[in-house]
Amino acid sequence: MADGTSVPVGVIGAPRRVARKTSSLKRFTQQRSTIAFMLALPLILLVACFVIYPALYAIYLSMLNKKMTAFVGLGNFAFLLKRHTFQLVIFQSCLFAVTAVVMKAFLGFVLAHLMHNIPGKNQKIWRGLLLVPWVIPLALSTLTWWWMFDPSYSAFNWVLNQFGFANVPWLGVGWIARFCTITVNVWYGTPFFMIMYLAALKSVPEQLYEAASIDGANAVQKLFFVTLPMMRNIIAITVLFSLIVTFADFDIVRILTAGGPQDMTHVFATYAFQVGIQSGDIPLGAADSLFMFPILAFAAFFVLRGVTRRTKEIAT
Amino acid sequence: MSATTMGDAAKRAAAHSHKHSLHRQRLWALWGSYIALGVFVVIFLVPPFYTLMTSLKSSAEISAQTGSPWLVRHPTLDNFWYLITYPNFQTYYLNSIMVTIVTVSVSMVISVLAAFSLSRMGFWGSQALATGVFLTYLVPASLLFIPLFQIVGWLGLINNLWCLALLYPTLAVPFCTWIMIGYFSSIPKELDEAALIDGAGYLQMLWKIFIPVAMPGIIAATIFAFTVSWGAFLYPLAYLYTSNQMVLTVGIISDLIRGDVFQWGKIMAACLLASLPPIVIYAFLMDYYVAGLTAGATKG
Repeated sequence: MADGTSVPVGVIGAPRRVARKTSSLKRFTQQRSTIAFMLALPLILLVACFVIYPALYAIYLSMLNKKMTAFVGLGNFAFLLKRHTFQLVIFQSCLFAVTAVVMKAFLGFVLAHLMHNIPGKNQKIWRGLLLVPWVIPLALSTLTWWWMFDPSYSAFNWVLNQFGFANVPWLGVGWIARFCTITVNVWYGTPFFMIMYLAALKSVPEQLYEAASIDGANAVQKLFFVTLPMMRNIIAITVLFSLIVTFADFDIVRILTAGGPQDMTHVFATYAFQVGIQSGDIPLGAADSLFMFPILAFAAFFVLRGVTRRTKEIAT
Repeated sequence: MSATTMGDAAKRAAAHSHKHSLHRQRLWALWGSYIALGVFVVIFLVPPFYTLMTSLKSSAEISAQTGSPWLVRHPTLDNFWYLITYPNFQTYYLNSIMVTIVTVSVSMVISVLAAFSLSRMGFWGSQALATGVFLTYLVPASLLFIPLFQIVGWLGLINNLWCLALLYPTLAVPFCTWIMIGYFSSIPKELDEAALIDGAGYLQMLWKIFIPVAMPGIIAATIFAFTVSWGAFLYPLAYLYTSNQMVLTVGIISDLIRGDVFQWGKIMAACLLASLPPIVIYAFLMDYYVAGLTAGATKG
C-alpha cells in the first residue's frame, strides 16, 4: 500500500522532466490500475471462492451418484423431472414467486400512493409503522405466523369461531397451506415495494402532472400516462430483485410447513434442503437447486434488457 | 407541497365555488388516505402484536385455551426472565452478536475498498466487474448451500459458527458495494484531483475524503450487512447442530421446540428479544437506510 502514497510524486515529477513525461504518465496509469485492482481483489476473491466456485462445483456435484463415487451425467436431472414430487416443486415455486411478487407489487403501489397523498412530516411515522414487518428477521416473524395458524387454539380460528365459522386447518390442507405461505411472504415483502415506489413517485417531476392537468387528463389518465411510464424502470428493477429473493425463499416454507402437506408447499430451496442435507443425497439436492438458475437468469435477462432499452430511449 | 401551490393557482384563477369543491376533494383524498393507511397498518401489525401478547402469557394461560387468544389476562414477564437467565439463550445471543460484528466489518472493508476502486480508479475489466457483482444475486444462497456444505466440510468448519462469518459476506457485499458505488460516484471529480495535487495517496484520499463525504451511504450499507447477518437462517440451519455454536435464528427454533412440545410463550418472548437490535437500529437510522436503498434505484 506504500505504492499508494508514492504515485503523486510521479505526477509532480512529470512536468519537470519533459522527456520522460509520457513514460511517467504511463507508469502513473499503470500504477493506478494496479492499486485499483489490489483494492478490488478482496471482492473478487470473495465472489470467486464462495459464489462462482461453489456454483460450478454444484454443477459437477449434480452429475454424481448418491455416494458421490460415479459420474452419472444428467441422470439426476432426468430422475427429478420424472418424479411427481419434483413436478409439484416446480409448480409451487413458480406459483409462490409469481403470485407473491404480483401481490407485493400491487399492494406496494397502492401503499406508496396513499403515503404520497399525506403530508411529508407525517409520512415518517406511517412509513416506520408499515416497515415493521420488513425489519423483524423473517425466520422469527414466521414463527409468530405459525403460532397464529395453529390448528387447535389459533388466533385466526378463534376469530372465525366468533363469527360462527368452523375451524380452518390452515397448514394441514394443500391449497390452504399454499395460500398461507404466500400470505406470509406478501406481508413481509410489501414494505420493500412501498419504499421503492414512494421514492420513485417523489422523483416524478410535478410539471408533468401540471401539464397533464392542463391537457385535461383525469386522475386515472395521469396514473397510466404519467406515473406508470415514469416509474417503469424502478418497477422493473424492484420486481426483478424481489422475484429473485422470493423465488429463492427458504425460511417461510421451511418453518411454516417444512414442505408438507403431501409435499404441496415445497419450493426448490426447501426441497433441496430435505433431499440434500436431511436425506444426505447431496448430488440430487444440488441438481434440484440448480433448476433455479436458468429461471432466474431468464427473468433477469428480459427485465434488464427492457431497462437498458428504456434508459437509452430517455437518453436520446 | 405542490398540491398547495396548485391550490393557490386555482384560488386566484377560478371562481369561489370551484375552489371550494377542489379543496373539499383534496380533503377527502387526504382523509381517505389516512383511513386506508390505518387499515393497512393494523393488518400489518397483527403478527407483532400477537407476538407481544403471547410473550406476556404464562404457559398455564396458553394451555388453558379459554377466552380470546388476542388478550392477556395475567401479564407476566416470566418468559423474558427465563430467557435472560437461560445459558443457552445467552450463548445464541452472544454468538449472533459476534458473527454479526465480524460479518459487518469484513463486508464493509471489502465493499468500500472495491467500490472506491470500481467507481474512481478503474482497471481492465472493472466496468464489467461493477455490473457483474450485482448479478451474483442470481446465484442465491439457497442454490449455494449444498456445494458450500462440501466446501465448509473441507475447511473443517461444519458446526463451527465462524463458517457463518466466512459465508455471510457473500450475501451482503454485492449490495453494499452497489450502494457505495452510487454514493462515491456522486462525489465531484474535482475533489480527488485536488487531493492528488496536494500529494495525497489513494488510500489517504479514500480515508480523508470519500469515507467522510459518503457517510450516509456507509451507514446504509452497514445496516444492510447487519440485517442480512442477523436474520440469515439457511446457512446456520444447514451447518450448525450443537447448541453452543448456534445463533439466534436457529437456536430459538431448535431449543424451544422439543418434539411436539411448543413453549409458545417463551418462543414469542425469544422472538421479541432477538428482534430488538434490528428494531432499535431501524428506529434511529431508518432514514439513512431508505435513502441508501432508493438512491441507486431512482438514479437508474
